[in-house]
Amino acid sequence: MTDQAPDALDRLAGIAAGSPLDTLRRERPQTRDNVQASYAALFEAPDETGITQSERLAVASFVALLHGGPAAEHYLGLLEAQPEGGKLAELVRRQAERGATEGPYGAYPPGPLSREDVAGPIFKVEVADRVALGERLATALEHTHQLVFHLRDAKPDDFAPLKAASWSTPAIVTLSQTVAYLSFQIRAAHGLQVLGLHALGV
Amino acid sequence: MSSITLDRPAAKAPNAFTQAELGWNAWLDPVPEEALTERQKEGLVDIARAKSPYFRLLAHDPDILRARTLADKDIFYNTRSGLPRAERELAAAATSRSNGCIYCASVHARFATTFSKRREDVQRLLDEGTGVDLDPRWNAVIEASVALTATPIAFGPEHVRKLRDVGLDDLAISDLIHSAAFFNWANRLMLSLGEPEIG
Repeated sequence: MTDQAPDALDRLAGIAAGSPLDTLRRERPQTRDNVQASYAALFEAPDETGITQSERLAVASFVALLHGGPAAEHYLGLLEAQPEGGKLAELVRRQAERGATEGPYGAYPPGPLSREDVAGPIFKVEVADRVALGERLATALEHTHQLVFHLRDAKPDDFAPLKAASWSTPAIVTLSQTVAYLSFQIRAAHGLQVLGLHALGV
Repeated sequence: MSSITLDRPAAKAPNAFTQAELGWNAWLDPVPEEALTERQKEGLVDIARAKSPYFRLLAHDPDILRARTLADKDIFYNTRSGLPRAERELAAAATSRSNGCIYCASVHARFATTFSKRREDVQRLLDEGTGVDLDPRWNAVIEASVALTATPIAFGPEHVRKLRDVGLDDLAISDLIHSAAFFNWANRLMLSLGEPEIG
Protein backbone atom coordinates (compact mmCIF):
# COMPACT_ATOMS: atom_id res chain seq x y z
CA MET A 1 0.00 0.00 0.00
CA THR A 2 1.19 3.50 -0.71
CA ASP A 3 0.63 6.26 1.80
CA GLN A 4 -1.87 7.82 -0.59
CA ALA A 5 -4.21 4.79 -0.73
CA PRO A 6 -7.13 5.26 1.63
CA ASP A 7 -6.86 2.82 4.51
CA ALA A 8 -10.19 1.14 5.32
CA LEU A 9 -9.45 0.53 9.01
CA ASP A 10 -8.33 4.14 9.49
CA ARG A 11 -11.57 5.29 7.94
CA LEU A 12 -13.73 3.05 10.15
CA ALA A 13 -11.81 3.98 13.31
CA GLY A 14 -11.78 7.70 12.42
CA ILE A 15 -7.96 7.84 12.41
CA ALA A 16 -6.63 11.06 10.84
CA ALA A 17 -3.21 11.30 9.19
CA GLY A 18 -0.62 12.47 11.69
CA SER A 19 -2.81 11.71 14.72
CA PRO A 20 -1.40 9.72 17.69
CA LEU A 21 -3.31 6.62 16.53
CA ASP A 22 -1.91 6.99 13.01
CA THR A 23 1.60 7.07 14.51
CA LEU A 24 0.75 4.03 16.61
CA ARG A 25 -0.51 2.02 13.63
CA ARG A 26 2.60 2.90 11.62
CA GLU A 27 4.75 1.29 14.31
CA ARG A 28 3.40 -2.01 12.96
CA PRO A 29 3.64 -1.47 9.18
CA GLN A 30 3.36 -5.17 8.27
CA THR A 31 0.10 -5.42 10.20
CA ARG A 32 -1.22 -2.16 8.81
CA ASP A 33 -0.37 -3.07 5.20
CA ASN A 34 -1.77 -6.59 5.38
CA VAL A 35 -4.99 -5.65 7.14
CA GLN A 36 -5.51 -3.31 4.19
CA ALA A 37 -4.34 -5.96 1.67
CA SER A 38 -6.95 -8.30 3.17
CA TYR A 39 -9.64 -5.70 2.58
CA ALA A 40 -8.40 -5.21 -0.98
CA ALA A 41 -8.35 -8.98 -1.63
CA LEU A 42 -11.97 -9.35 -0.50
CA PHE A 43 -13.54 -6.15 -1.84
CA GLU A 44 -11.36 -4.62 -4.55
CA ALA A 45 -9.76 -7.48 -6.49
CA PRO A 46 -11.53 -9.20 -9.42
CA ASP A 47 -13.53 -12.24 -8.27
CA GLU A 48 -11.84 -15.61 -8.81
CA THR A 49 -13.81 -17.88 -6.48
CA GLY A 50 -17.36 -17.37 -7.73
CA ILE A 51 -18.84 -14.83 -5.32
CA THR A 52 -19.97 -11.55 -6.81
CA GLN A 53 -19.15 -8.09 -5.52
CA SER A 54 -22.82 -7.59 -4.59
CA GLU A 55 -22.80 -10.83 -2.61
CA ARG A 56 -19.59 -9.88 -0.79
CA LEU A 57 -20.96 -6.44 0.07
CA ALA A 58 -24.37 -7.79 1.10
CA VAL A 59 -22.69 -10.24 3.50
CA ALA A 60 -20.32 -7.55 4.81
CA SER A 61 -23.21 -5.12 5.32
CA PHE A 62 -25.16 -7.80 7.20
CA VAL A 63 -22.19 -8.56 9.49
CA ALA A 64 -21.62 -4.86 10.12
CA LEU A 65 -25.30 -4.19 10.86
CA LEU A 66 -25.40 -7.10 13.31
CA HIS A 67 -22.47 -5.53 15.18
CA GLY A 68 -23.71 -1.91 15.01
CA GLY A 69 -21.26 0.96 14.56
CA PRO A 70 -19.82 2.89 11.61
CA ALA A 71 -18.81 -0.10 9.43
CA ALA A 72 -22.44 -0.64 8.39
CA GLU A 73 -22.66 2.73 6.70
CA HIS A 74 -19.41 2.05 4.84
CA TYR A 75 -20.45 -1.32 3.41
CA LEU A 76 -24.07 -0.34 2.76
CA GLY A 77 -22.79 2.66 0.81
CA LEU A 78 -20.70 0.39 -1.39
CA LEU A 79 -23.59 -2.07 -1.77
CA GLU A 80 -26.01 0.67 -2.80
CA ALA A 81 -23.64 1.64 -5.59
CA GLN A 82 -23.97 -1.85 -7.13
CA PRO A 83 -26.61 -2.71 -9.75
CA GLU A 84 -29.92 -3.28 -7.85
CA GLY A 85 -27.88 -2.35 -4.77
CA GLY A 86 -30.51 -0.10 -3.21
CA LYS A 87 -33.08 -2.86 -3.14
CA LEU A 88 -30.54 -5.35 -1.83
CA ALA A 89 -29.39 -2.96 0.91
CA GLU A 90 -32.98 -2.57 2.05
CA LEU A 91 -33.43 -6.35 2.20
CA VAL A 92 -30.19 -6.76 4.14
CA ARG A 93 -31.24 -4.06 6.60
CA ARG A 94 -34.48 -5.94 7.23
CA GLN A 95 -32.64 -9.22 7.82
CA ALA A 96 -30.30 -7.50 10.28
CA GLU A 97 -33.24 -6.06 12.24
CA ARG A 98 -34.78 -9.52 12.44
CA GLY A 99 -31.46 -11.19 13.26
CA ALA A 100 -30.31 -8.80 16.01
CA THR A 101 -29.22 -10.64 19.15
CA GLU A 102 -26.19 -11.01 21.45
CA GLY A 103 -23.29 -13.44 21.16
CA PRO A 104 -21.32 -15.57 21.50
CA TYR A 105 -23.77 -18.37 22.28
CA GLY A 106 -24.10 -22.00 21.20
CA ALA A 107 -23.48 -25.56 22.34
CA TYR A 108 -20.25 -27.48 22.99
CA PRO A 109 -19.69 -31.11 22.07
CA PRO A 110 -21.57 -33.09 24.80
CA GLY A 111 -19.46 -33.42 27.95
CA PRO A 112 -18.09 -31.29 30.78
CA LEU A 113 -18.57 -28.05 28.81
CA SER A 114 -22.28 -28.71 28.27
CA ARG A 115 -23.00 -26.73 31.43
CA GLU A 116 -21.71 -23.68 29.53
CA ASP A 117 -24.11 -24.19 26.61
CA VAL A 118 -26.05 -21.01 25.89
CA ALA A 119 -29.27 -21.18 23.88
CA GLY A 120 -29.98 -18.57 21.23
CA PRO A 121 -31.90 -18.00 18.02
CA ILE A 122 -31.19 -19.74 14.71
CA PHE A 123 -31.76 -17.18 11.99
CA LYS A 124 -33.95 -18.09 8.98
CA VAL A 125 -34.84 -15.71 6.18
CA GLU A 126 -38.63 -15.41 5.79
CA VAL A 127 -40.23 -16.82 2.63
CA ALA A 128 -41.02 -13.53 0.87
CA ASP A 129 -37.53 -12.17 1.51
CA ARG A 130 -36.03 -15.49 0.39
CA VAL A 131 -37.59 -15.02 -2.97
CA ALA A 132 -36.42 -11.41 -3.19
CA LEU A 133 -32.85 -12.21 -2.08
CA GLY A 134 -32.61 -15.44 -4.04
CA GLU A 135 -31.85 -18.80 -2.44
CA ARG A 136 -28.10 -18.32 -2.84
CA LEU A 137 -27.84 -15.11 -0.85
CA ALA A 138 -30.57 -16.09 1.65
CA THR A 139 -28.61 -19.24 2.53
CA ALA A 140 -25.39 -17.24 2.80
CA LEU A 141 -26.97 -14.76 5.23
CA GLU A 142 -28.25 -17.62 7.39
CA HIS A 143 -24.76 -19.11 7.50
CA THR A 144 -23.32 -15.67 8.23
CA HIS A 145 -25.62 -15.16 11.21
CA GLN A 146 -24.35 -18.39 12.77
CA LEU A 147 -20.73 -17.40 12.12
CA VAL A 148 -21.26 -14.02 13.77
CA PHE A 149 -23.21 -15.07 16.87
CA HIS A 150 -22.99 -18.81 17.53
CA LEU A 151 -19.88 -20.06 15.79
CA ARG A 152 -19.43 -22.95 18.21
CA ASP A 153 -22.64 -24.52 16.86
CA ALA A 154 -20.83 -25.26 13.58
CA LYS A 155 -21.19 -28.82 12.22
CA PRO A 156 -20.33 -30.57 8.94
CA ASP A 157 -23.94 -30.47 7.72
CA ASP A 158 -23.87 -26.66 7.70
CA PHE A 159 -22.49 -26.71 4.17
CA ALA A 160 -25.31 -28.80 2.69
CA PRO A 161 -27.73 -25.85 2.23
CA LEU A 162 -24.93 -23.72 0.77
CA LYS A 163 -23.94 -26.45 -1.65
CA ALA A 164 -27.58 -26.99 -2.61
CA ALA A 165 -27.73 -23.25 -3.36
CA SER A 166 -24.74 -23.61 -5.73
CA TRP A 167 -21.97 -22.43 -3.41
CA SER A 168 -18.69 -24.10 -4.46
CA THR A 169 -15.93 -24.86 -1.96
CA PRO A 170 -13.76 -21.89 -3.10
CA ALA A 171 -16.79 -19.58 -2.85
CA ILE A 172 -17.55 -20.88 0.67
CA VAL A 173 -13.93 -20.19 1.65
CA THR A 174 -14.24 -16.59 0.42
CA LEU A 175 -17.63 -16.22 2.14
CA SER A 176 -16.13 -17.50 5.41
CA GLN A 177 -13.12 -15.20 5.08
CA THR A 178 -15.42 -12.24 4.43
CA VAL A 179 -17.42 -12.83 7.62
CA ALA A 180 -14.28 -13.61 9.63
CA TYR A 181 -12.37 -10.58 8.31
CA LEU A 182 -15.29 -8.27 9.10
CA SER A 183 -15.40 -9.72 12.62
CA PHE A 184 -11.75 -8.68 12.96
CA GLN A 185 -11.99 -5.33 11.23
CA ILE A 186 -15.01 -4.13 13.19
CA ARG A 187 -13.35 -5.07 16.52
CA ALA A 188 -10.00 -3.53 15.59
CA ALA A 189 -11.74 -0.31 14.50
CA HIS A 190 -13.87 -0.20 17.65
CA GLY A 191 -10.93 -0.93 19.95
CA LEU A 192 -8.67 1.65 18.31
CA GLN A 193 -11.39 4.28 18.39
CA VAL A 194 -11.91 3.75 22.12
CA LEU A 195 -8.14 3.83 22.65
CA GLY A 196 -7.88 7.03 20.60
CA LEU A 197 -10.37 8.79 22.87
CA HIS A 198 -8.43 7.71 25.95
CA ALA A 199 -4.84 7.54 24.72
CA LEU A 200 -1.98 9.07 26.63
CA GLY A 201 -0.45 10.19 23.32
CA VAL A 202 2.47 8.48 21.65
CA MET B 1 -17.03 -33.10 -0.35
CA SER B 2 -15.54 -36.57 -0.03
CA SER B 3 -17.12 -39.18 2.20
CA ILE B 4 -13.68 -39.70 3.75
CA THR B 5 -13.70 -36.28 5.37
CA LEU B 6 -17.30 -36.69 6.58
CA ASP B 7 -17.23 -40.18 7.99
CA ARG B 8 -14.63 -39.73 10.69
CA PRO B 9 -15.77 -41.01 14.08
CA ALA B 10 -17.05 -38.09 16.15
CA ALA B 11 -15.90 -39.86 19.33
CA LYS B 12 -12.37 -38.60 18.70
CA ALA B 13 -13.44 -34.97 18.90
CA PRO B 14 -12.36 -33.31 22.19
CA ASN B 15 -15.17 -32.10 24.44
CA ALA B 16 -13.03 -30.07 26.85
CA PHE B 17 -10.43 -27.31 26.59
CA THR B 18 -6.88 -28.63 26.73
CA GLN B 19 -3.26 -27.60 26.24
CA ALA B 20 -2.55 -30.93 24.54
CA GLU B 21 -1.76 -31.03 20.82
CA LEU B 22 -4.88 -31.71 18.74
CA GLY B 23 -5.35 -32.63 15.10
CA TRP B 24 -7.82 -30.82 12.84
CA ASN B 25 -9.92 -32.26 10.00
CA ALA B 26 -11.53 -30.21 7.25
CA TRP B 27 -15.25 -30.52 6.43
CA LEU B 28 -14.62 -29.30 2.87
CA ASP B 29 -11.97 -30.57 0.51
CA PRO B 30 -8.63 -28.76 0.81
CA VAL B 31 -6.54 -28.19 -2.30
CA PRO B 32 -4.51 -31.43 -2.62
CA GLU B 33 -0.88 -30.82 -1.74
CA GLU B 34 0.35 -31.93 -5.16
CA ALA B 35 -2.15 -29.66 -6.93
CA LEU B 36 -1.13 -26.40 -5.21
CA THR B 37 -0.40 -23.66 -7.75
CA GLU B 38 2.48 -21.22 -7.32
CA ARG B 39 0.04 -18.54 -6.23
CA GLN B 40 -1.54 -20.84 -3.68
CA LYS B 41 1.92 -21.65 -2.33
CA GLU B 42 2.57 -17.93 -2.01
CA GLY B 43 -0.70 -17.68 -0.12
CA LEU B 44 0.56 -20.22 2.39
CA VAL B 45 3.62 -17.96 3.02
CA ASP B 46 5.49 -20.87 4.71
CA ILE B 47 5.61 -23.88 2.42
CA ALA B 48 5.59 -26.10 5.54
CA ARG B 49 1.92 -25.12 5.85
CA ALA B 50 1.19 -27.24 2.75
CA LYS B 51 1.02 -30.14 5.24
CA SER B 52 -1.93 -28.52 7.01
CA PRO B 53 -5.45 -29.27 5.71
CA TYR B 54 -6.63 -26.00 7.27
CA PHE B 55 -4.23 -23.85 5.28
CA ARG B 56 -4.71 -25.89 2.10
CA LEU B 57 -8.47 -25.37 2.42
CA LEU B 58 -7.94 -21.61 2.80
CA ALA B 59 -5.60 -21.77 -0.23
CA HIS B 60 -8.72 -21.96 -2.44
CA ASP B 61 -8.60 -18.15 -2.09
CA PRO B 62 -4.84 -17.48 -1.98
CA ASP B 63 -4.70 -13.67 -1.84
CA ILE B 64 -6.78 -13.26 1.30
CA LEU B 65 -4.89 -16.20 2.84
CA ARG B 66 -1.55 -14.52 2.17
CA ALA B 67 -2.59 -11.13 3.60
CA ARG B 68 -4.24 -12.83 6.60
CA THR B 69 -1.12 -14.85 7.30
CA LEU B 70 1.27 -11.89 7.07
CA ALA B 71 -0.98 -9.86 9.39
CA ASP B 72 -1.19 -12.80 11.82
CA LYS B 73 2.57 -13.21 11.97
CA ASP B 74 3.19 -9.54 12.67
CA ILE B 75 0.40 -9.25 15.26
CA PHE B 76 1.86 -12.14 17.25
CA TYR B 77 5.57 -12.31 16.45
CA ASN B 78 6.60 -8.66 16.16
CA THR B 79 7.53 -8.03 19.77
CA ARG B 80 9.65 -4.97 19.16
CA SER B 81 8.18 -3.04 22.15
CA GLY B 82 4.49 -3.21 22.95
CA LEU B 83 2.74 -6.17 24.57
CA PRO B 84 4.94 -9.18 25.49
CA ARG B 85 4.31 -12.31 23.43
CA ALA B 86 2.92 -14.23 26.42
CA GLU B 87 0.10 -11.75 26.85
CA ARG B 88 -0.72 -11.64 23.14
CA GLU B 89 -1.10 -15.42 23.33
CA LEU B 90 -3.17 -15.03 26.49
CA ALA B 91 -5.49 -12.67 24.61
CA ALA B 92 -5.78 -15.23 21.78
CA ALA B 93 -6.50 -18.03 24.25
CA ALA B 94 -9.09 -15.95 26.15
CA THR B 95 -10.82 -14.96 22.92
CA SER B 96 -10.91 -18.60 21.79
CA ARG B 97 -12.19 -19.68 25.23
CA SER B 98 -14.98 -17.10 24.97
CA ASN B 99 -16.02 -18.05 21.43
CA GLY B 100 -15.64 -21.76 22.21
CA CYS B 101 -12.87 -22.71 19.77
CA ILE B 102 -11.28 -25.73 21.46
CA TYR B 103 -8.64 -26.12 18.74
CA CYS B 104 -7.51 -22.44 18.70
CA ALA B 105 -7.51 -22.34 22.51
CA SER B 106 -5.27 -25.42 22.67
CA VAL B 107 -2.62 -23.91 20.39
CA HIS B 108 -2.53 -20.48 21.99
CA ALA B 109 -2.83 -21.73 25.57
CA ARG B 110 0.30 -23.79 24.86
CA PHE B 111 2.06 -20.70 23.51
CA ALA B 112 0.91 -18.65 26.52
CA THR B 113 2.41 -21.31 28.77
CA THR B 114 5.65 -21.44 26.78
CA PHE B 115 6.20 -17.70 26.92
CA SER B 116 4.90 -17.03 30.46
CA LYS B 117 5.96 -20.24 32.24
CA ARG B 118 2.59 -20.07 34.01
CA ARG B 119 1.12 -23.38 32.92
CA GLU B 120 -1.24 -23.72 35.87
CA ASP B 121 -2.69 -20.25 35.47
CA VAL B 122 -3.26 -20.89 31.76
CA GLN B 123 -4.94 -24.19 32.61
CA ARG B 124 -7.22 -22.40 35.07
CA LEU B 125 -8.36 -20.10 32.26
CA LEU B 126 -9.24 -23.19 30.21
CA ASP B 127 -10.88 -25.06 33.11
CA GLU B 128 -12.71 -22.25 34.89
CA GLY B 129 -13.41 -19.98 31.93
CA THR B 130 -12.82 -16.31 31.29
CA GLY B 131 -14.18 -15.23 34.69
CA VAL B 132 -11.11 -16.78 36.38
CA ASP B 133 -9.18 -14.65 38.90
CA LEU B 134 -5.42 -14.91 38.14
CA ASP B 135 -3.67 -11.60 38.84
CA PRO B 136 -4.64 -8.00 38.08
CA ARG B 137 -2.64 -7.80 34.84
CA TRP B 138 -3.81 -11.11 33.37
CA ASN B 139 -7.36 -10.46 34.56
CA ALA B 140 -7.33 -7.13 32.71
CA VAL B 141 -5.99 -8.75 29.51
CA ILE B 142 -8.63 -11.50 29.65
CA GLU B 143 -11.46 -9.12 30.49
CA ALA B 144 -10.57 -6.76 27.63
CA SER B 145 -10.31 -9.67 25.15
CA VAL B 146 -13.70 -11.03 26.18
CA ALA B 147 -15.33 -7.58 25.97
CA LEU B 148 -13.93 -7.16 22.46
CA THR B 149 -15.22 -10.62 21.51
CA ALA B 150 -18.83 -9.97 22.53
CA THR B 151 -21.34 -9.04 19.82
CA PRO B 152 -22.32 -6.23 20.09
CA ILE B 153 -18.82 -5.25 21.24
CA ALA B 154 -18.58 -4.44 24.97
CA PHE B 155 -15.03 -2.99 25.00
CA GLY B 156 -15.01 0.54 26.44
CA PRO B 157 -12.95 3.21 28.24
CA GLU B 158 -13.04 1.20 31.48
CA HIS B 159 -11.02 -1.54 29.80
CA VAL B 160 -8.43 0.92 28.52
CA ARG B 161 -8.16 2.42 32.01
CA LYS B 162 -7.65 -0.98 33.67
CA LEU B 163 -5.04 -1.99 31.12
CA ARG B 164 -3.16 1.23 31.70
CA ASP B 165 -3.39 0.75 35.48
CA VAL B 166 -1.64 -2.62 35.16
CA GLY B 167 1.18 -1.14 33.09
CA LEU B 168 0.20 -1.34 29.40
CA ASP B 169 1.14 1.64 27.26
CA ASP B 170 -0.79 2.69 24.15
CA LEU B 171 1.17 0.40 21.81
CA ALA B 172 0.67 -2.56 24.15
CA ILE B 173 -3.07 -1.86 24.32
CA SER B 174 -3.16 -1.63 20.52
CA ASP B 175 -1.33 -4.98 20.35
CA LEU B 176 -3.93 -6.51 22.66
CA ILE B 177 -6.77 -5.12 20.55
CA HIS B 178 -5.20 -6.61 17.42
CA SER B 179 -4.56 -9.99 19.08
CA ALA B 180 -8.12 -10.38 20.39
CA ALA B 181 -9.66 -9.00 17.18
CA PHE B 182 -7.52 -11.32 15.08
CA PHE B 183 -8.77 -14.36 16.97
CA ASN B 184 -12.30 -13.34 16.17
CA TRP B 185 -11.16 -13.85 12.59
CA ALA B 186 -9.30 -17.13 13.22
CA ASN B 187 -11.94 -18.70 15.49
CA ARG B 188 -14.61 -18.24 12.82
CA LEU B 189 -12.57 -20.10 10.23
CA MET B 190 -11.30 -22.89 12.50
CA LEU B 191 -14.70 -23.56 14.09
CA SER B 192 -16.75 -23.51 10.91
CA LEU B 193 -14.53 -25.23 8.33
CA GLY B 194 -13.64 -28.37 10.27
CA GLU B 195 -13.18 -29.88 13.69
CA PRO B 196 -10.44 -30.88 16.11
CA GLU B 197 -9.47 -34.45 16.85
CA ILE B 198 -7.65 -35.90 19.84
CA GLY B 199 -4.07 -36.62 18.75
